Formats: sequence, structure tokens, C-alpha cells
Amino acid sequence: MEGQNLTKVVLLACGSFNPITNMHLRMFELARDHLEDTGQYNVVKGIISPVGDAYKKKGLIEARHRVEMTRLATENSGWITVDPWESLHPEWVETAKVIRHHYEELVAAEHNIDDVDTVKYGKKRRVEEKYIDSSAHPKRKDGPQLMLLCGADVLESFGIPNLWKPEDIAEIVGRYGVVCVTRSGNDPHKFIHQSDALWKHRKNIHTVHEWVTNEISATHVRRALRRGQSVRYLLPDSVIHYIREHNLYSAESEQKNANVVLAPFQRYTDASSS
Amino acid sequence: MMATRRVPLVLLACGSFNPITNQHMRLFELARDHMHSTGQYEVVGGIVSPVSDGYGKQGLVLAKHRIAMAKLALRSSNWVTVDEWESQQPDWTETVVTMRYHYERIQKEYEPSAGTLRDSRGHNKNVSSPSPRLKLLCGADFLNTFKIPGLWLDDHVEDLVGRFGLVCVSRGSLQPERAVHESDTLYRHRRNIFLVREWMRNETSATEVRRALRRGLSVKYLIPDSVIEYIEEHDLYTEDSERRNEGVALRPLVKQAHQPVNSLND
Repeated sequence: MEGQNLTKVVLLACGSFNPITNMHLRMFELARDHLEDTGQYNVVKGIISPVGDAYKKKGLIEARHRVEMTRLATENSGWITVDPWESLHPEWVETAKVIRHHYEELVAAEHNIDDVDTVKYGKKRRVEEKYIDSSAHPKRKDGPQLMLLCGADVLESFGIPNLWKPEDIAEIVGRYGVVCVTRSGNDPHKFIHQSDALWKHRKNIHTVHEWVTNEISATHVRRALRRGQSVRYLLPDSVIHYIREHNLYSAESEQKNANVVLAPFQRYTDASSS
Repeated sequence: MMATRRVPLVLLACGSFNPITNQHMRLFELARDHMHSTGQYEVVGGIVSPVSDGYGKQGLVLAKHRIAMAKLALRSSNWVTVDEWESQQPDWTETVVTMRYHYERIQKEYEPSAGTLRDSRGHNKNVSSPSPRLKLLCGADFLNTFKIPGLWLDDHVEDLVGRFGLVCVSRGSLQPERAVHESDTLYRHRRNIFLVREWMRNETSATEVRRALRRGLSVKYLIPDSVIEYIEEHDLYTEDSERRNEGVALRPLVKQAHQPVNSLND
């Protein structure tokens, strides 16, 4: 196959990364192998975007620590990086906005390479012009694609009322695309079948089966840390070292945001009641 | 409780380590945490003992490579080390024989001068503290091998679980409890069989790692980067290497099957 016929893809993973584990990193590797195996894509970059503190998830420690741990964890990767943009916002940023931001950055970078003018409003307009309903054209003829990388649980969460705006789901799946790595016990095809929004854009949902179950959850890692148990080989040594040095996960930190409503619920519940 | 009253313990893992994976090293971490939580033991060391080339397992690459990879992987561990003795034996060595060798070696190292062994916190052990015990670290499937006819000699099983003991890490099934229940020998020594539960499912196996490598898929984060580099450098796991020992009977099955015949001849 010819390299130039391949669509460039950047994978974006949004989440708490509280802390990042080897499984998060493994998802990127699985997704890249899968997409490149189709013979249509060339995965050029992976971006990890830790959520901001305003997300208000229980036990969520400060973003600066989560970003730094992610940076340490991706140091040995030739293609995965961390981007603090989302985490630096005082307010919780919808995932669709995060994707939009990174897509604009990506397009701008491409234009810089092509030596085309980089005037900001011009750039933005070009992004708009490039909008093609991807349910009709799942693959853009030119330009790189940005896809959201997630576990099956995220796809399933699209069905939870007030967690996602329907138009955001349509935009994420329809315009950008999703790469979903399935974990044991989750059947993404069922969620896709059960959701009209997902079913409509099913061609934009790439499901990657993880044959070797590797269930390292950050929740489990935090629990082991609180109990003084070893977490070695579950996350990079550099991250374990950082956690120790800053004494990050304790019974106290796990109580952060206890009984606080998750930001998306707050926002969308208010919106619907007003 | 006082740490000095605890029984010092060394964990030994026997296997192919073809190649060593993060999951292998994880088993040591889980076992140590569990044995410490009993309040009775102080884990003072871990030994990885790769099987010799004479084992005859399909796809088994040369011991020198398996040793080199294990050493690279364990460079960052301050308590688990690689031992080459078993791998250097021309024929396959019964697990019990390997255990006896290590037990004697440890006792000798321990007796003449105190302080040759350090505990997991880097403290020299006291002269008055008891000499270390040795237990076999294994996965849940290992207990099931006792049921395979002709694979184990009765006195070996007796020695293994009676004299030494097992630390068995399971992946959330009741399989190991059942294996103990279904064997009279294992049941008799059940207090010497420590079952550790791994709450997270982690199915990383060396077989899966080799399969991914043959297919050109990423194994990053399943095995250490240093091991990946070594594999690439020596072009270790290919379709050719997977055909090594193809159709060859596993050495334990051959060796053990002949022993009853020998005893009749005597």
C-alpha cells in the first residue's frame, strides 16, 4: 500500500488519568495496530488530555499532578504525548470542545507544514469549510483525522441521561470518529445497536478487541496505594516514584469531591430545568 | 508485631519465561504483599529460574536469551533475581530437585556469616533469626497439573507441598481451591498452600506476547522496554522460532513415564 494514500490519524484520549496506568498506554498501542491494519490509516500521534479539577470526580487529585504523571509515563513513547490544555481550564470542558480544540490545532499544524497562511480567523473558517457529514463520507479525502480513543464504558456512557448532550455525541461520532477498545464484559456492538445516534454513525466507530484482558483500573491502583500494597508493573516506575514523592493517594485524597455532583450532571441538569 | 519474629521467606518461580512478562513480575509483588499480610513471614528474596532447553516446549528459545531478558526485566527490582542453575542443566530438572538445590544453597549462604542475606528493606538479618524458608510461587493453572497422570511423582508432590510449600496466585476463580479440595495430598498440606487472589484480570501470557511479536503487533507495556529492545536486536520470536520443538513430547512426560518401568526392572 502507498504511504500517501493513508489518512493521517491523531488519537485523543480524554479521562481522569488518576493516575495513568499501563492499561491506558496499552489502549493506544492496540488502537494504532488496529487502525494501521485496516490499510487506510497512518496513526501519527496520540494525545492524552487529563480532565480539569472542575470535573469534581470523587478522589480526583490536582490536575498538575495528573498531567505530570502522564508526562512521565509517556516519556518512553515515541508517539504518545500529554496535552494540559483541557486540564488548565477552571471550568469543566465538554469532551466535544476538547476534540474541536485539538482538531483545530491539528489542521493549523498541517497548514503550517504546507506553508499556507496561518491567520487565525482564516484557519478557523477553513476548519468549518472542511466539515463534511461523515456519515455519508466516513473518510475525508484529505487532511488528518482526529479520533477519540476510549474504552467500551465511554461508549456505554453515551446512554446515561444528562451526562452527554445529544448534539455532542452526534458531533463526536459523526464528524470525528471513535476508536473503542473493548474490555471484558462489555459488548460495544450492543450499545451501538441500542443507540440510534451511534447506529447512524456506526461506520465511524472502530472497535478494537483486546484479546488479552488487562484490567488495570486507576480505581484499583488507588485502592492498592491506600492499603500500602505494591502497584509495581501496573504503572511505570517513574509514576510510582512521583506518587511516593508527593504522597498522592491517601484515604484523605479519596474523599475529595465526596458527595459532589459530577460537573456534566450539574451543567446539563441545570440547563434542562431552567 | 515484631518483624524479627517473622519467618524469612524466599519465593522461587520456575517456568519457561519465554519471554518474561510484566505479569510474571506482578505475581512476585502480589505474593510478597500477601505473605506479609499473614503476619508470619518476611519475604527476603525472589528467584526467577528459567527452565533449561531440554524441557522440549514448543517455541522455547535458547536459555541464554531467556536468562538475558529476565535479567534486563529485573534490573529495577531490588528483591527478585534471576538464577541460571536450572537453565544450565543439560536435561530438564524436576521442580522439586530445583527447590532442593536452592534450599541448600540458601542455607549454606545463610549459615557461615550473618548478614549475607538482606531483607526486603535492605536490613541485614540478625544471627539469631531463623534461616529462610523456600516456597514455590506459581499461577492457578499450576495446581491443576497435579491431576495430570504421569506428570508428577508422589514423593515429589509430598516434598513440594509438605516440606516447602506453595504460594499460588489465582485470577479470581475458585479453581485453586477446587484443585486443593480434589487432591488428598494437597488437602493434607493445605496450610502450606497459600492462595493469593488477584482482583484485576490480567491475562498477559508469554504465549500472547510471542503471538503479537510474530504478527508484528505492539507488546509495549506488556513487557519492559529493555526486553522489547533485546528481542528486536536478536530477532527472537518469529514463525521459525515458534516451530522449535514442534511435535516433541514435553520432557517431564517422557522422563516421568519411564520411571515406573525402571523401578520394575530393579
